[in-house]
Amino acid sequence: MSATSARPRVGRRLPTKWVTIALFLLPALALYLVFVLFPVVQAAHYSLFKWNGLQPLTDFIGLKNYQVALASDTFITAVSNNLLIIVLSLGVQIPFSLSLAVLLNRRFPGRAVFRLIFFLPYVLSEAITGVVFSLLLQPGALVDSSLNGVGLGGLVQDWLGDSTVVMITLFVIISWKYFGFHMILLMAGLQGIPHEIEEAALMDGAGRWQAFRYITLPLLGPTLRVSVFLSMIGALQLFDMVWVMTGGGPLNASTTMAISMFKAGFKNTQMGYGSALAVILFAFGLVLALAYQRLVLRRDVDGAVTAFG
Amino acid sequence: MTTRLRLLGAMSVMALLFGACSGGGATTAPSVAPSVAAPSVAATEAPSEAPASQAAAPVTIEWWHISTSDPGKTVFQGIADAYMAAHPNVKINITILENEAFKTKLTTSMQSGQVPDLFQSWGGGIMAAQADAGMLKDITADVASWKDTINPGALSIYAYKGVQYGIPWDMGMIGVWYNKALFTKAGITAPPATWDDFLADVSKLKAANIVPLAIAGKDMWPSMHIWTYLALRSGGGDAMAKMVQSGDWNTDACKAAGDQVVKLNALDPYQPGYKAATYDNEAAAVGNGKAAMEVMGQWAPAVQAADSTSKTGLGSDLGWFPFPTVSGGAGAPTDGVGGGNGIAVGKNASPEALDFLKFFNSVENATKINAANIGLSPVIGTESAITDPNLQAVLAGRGAATFMQLYLDQATSPAMGTAINEATIALFDGASTPDKVCQAITDAAATQ
Repeated sequence: MSATSARPRVGRRLPTKWVTIALFLLPALALYLVFVLFPVVQAAHYSLFKWNGLQPLTDFIGLKNYQVALASDTFITAVSNNLLIIVLSLGVQIPFSLSLAVLLNRRFPGRAVFRLIFFLPYVLSEAITGVVFSLLLQPGALVDSSLNGVGLGGLVQDWLGDSTVVMITLFVIISWKYFGFHMILLMAGLQGIPHEIEEAALMDGAGRWQAFRYITLPLLGPTLRVSVFLSMIGALQLFDMVWVMTGGGPLNASTTMAISMFKAGFKNTQMGYGSALAVILFAFGLVLALAYQRLVLRRDVDGAVTAFG
Repeated sequence: MTTRLRLLGAMSVMALLFGACSGGGATTAPSVAPSVAAPSVAATEAPSEAPASQAAAPVTIEWWHISTSDPGKTVFQGIADAYMAAHPNVKINITILENEAFKTKLTTSMQSGQVPDLFQSWGGGIMAAQADAGMLKDITADVASWKDTINPGALSIYAYKGVQYGIPWDMGMIGVWYNKALFTKAGITAPPATWDDFLADVSKLKAANIVPLAIAGKDMWPSMHIWTYLALRSGGGDAMAKMVQSGDWNTDACKAAGDQVVKLNALDPYQPGYKAATYDNEAAAVGNGKAAMEVMGQWAPAVQAADSTSKTGLGSDLGWFPFPTVSGGAGAPTDGVGGGNGIAVGKNASPEALDFLKFFNSVENATKINAANIGLSPVIGTESAITDPNLQAVLAGRGAATFMQLYLDQATSPAMGTAINEATIALFDGASTPDKVCQAITDAAATQ
């Protein structure tokens, strides 16, 4: 209020305005500094030490933890598993969600019921999903007996125990859990597109596919790009469900960066090494987020965030 | 419309970016977060530093244990209540934590310099790290007058570099738990005494369409104990102690153990889905009569019962025999792999805390632990309270032990423990070789 009230002396307006802004930002800023930036800096600091979390920080080893991480087969597997989930999410999960969103955007009886059913898995916690699927995937349990029942017994696998199958199993479950979320997001985007435009295109002689490809898809762009971004960040942070179902096994075949980090820090009490893994994961997230924002999201957020960079 | 969408997009991107940051950073938060230790821990420091010899001075003892369920919970509380009744100036504050929560909370608490006076410990590598960090009290002199009442093998697990830091209240030995009915069905008349007999019995069980052995690929440690026993039987106690101490596992004993596992693997003896199985899956397989054997510690009957469909386990069909000997091996049949539970003493513990520890380990109280089936007390003179014939057999094995190796994943540092578990499970999964296992463990030891 004071900033906008008519005061004769112009010189005082600017500082007052900034003081007000600073005061309003202070609580959030303080929380952000204490709980986000400070731990990040702390982790970077710890990552330069060999430290078990109990003794004083004295054993400075420079970048050795990073060297060990980048030379570790387990961590390389973790990184490639994260990347695999990103690629599969973008290649399979998002297109699937998109086609369902387009389908459920049409008017037909029972549409609300389908929307509800498809969205339901997203409401479950990851840990509960993990426990439920662990039970379903037990040898001879529901999944196996269903496949046997419909004569597809040949497809039965050691779903979580075979190191060549486990990542695909996990991906299917992750997709089952999250496709509904992306579907709802994309449906909201579709509803923001005026019907008249598609109608006009159809009147002008465009086919259904052409209308979708050249009208709907470009107009859905901003939503789709956010959906892709969410999916990538989620895949990068993958932890809960995998931890519950396989613990990163068998033989580290389904480990992820977050699992490697948790195991190093809290199971093996290698806090220094775990911090190094945390910093690497953070760097992945940051680079991905910034690059995506600069290169892909720029058109959506032009004049907002990118103005600072 | 578009402006709003854009703004929304921008905001969500910023939120996500921050979210991503906090995701990376939050993982280290527990290590730097302000102490989550109960404020009462701080309160104990004052009394314990004051001269506490006067009987009237009020003293508080902080005790953290992990017996979240009965009968342990009630028995422990009862012992504490009895002590407080006899010593009105002493207040014992019990904090009960779930196993994993306990480990996290203890570490966080220690990082801020706060240590409970008495807390759950398994001895071995973690206790050694706590001692190195100066978190534990040297109680060697305090227990000198009454330590002879405790089984010396069990007591030694809570000593490090010649200094006593804690006291055991439960000590058992790993052996083979088997289903007598399934053995009879397969035509096996007596438990195997040698590894060759064991392999022959596995074949007989297979021939009778019975799963011979349950292990747990996800949790890894159950099969690690089989491998440890094979190394111990092949090389003997001295060779085992030398491998643990020197970190050189490229030995004959280590390779011989691997060779025996390969022989076992060739018989395809494990339950379906063992590669992804948890220990609870394993216990359920045995408790439900779906698998004939598991190699496990003294807690096996209780867990089998809890995880079985009937909630009662195998009952009188359950039997126990010591791990078989390996022909030509240097190990004695009485050498064992074992471990249990104990109480470690924090650096600020008062004389009252140590007096309570003595009271806790008195024959009278230790008998309660045995009688309620909470554990197998190592206090001499409490054995008669064990009535279950299988647990009596475990107890006899413990009593006769000529060498006792603490569980390998606890005797060493946690990182070493993980390395041993991961190396050995790869062997049981058929994805490694005996040589590779020994090399992997040696490599891990070199980075410690």
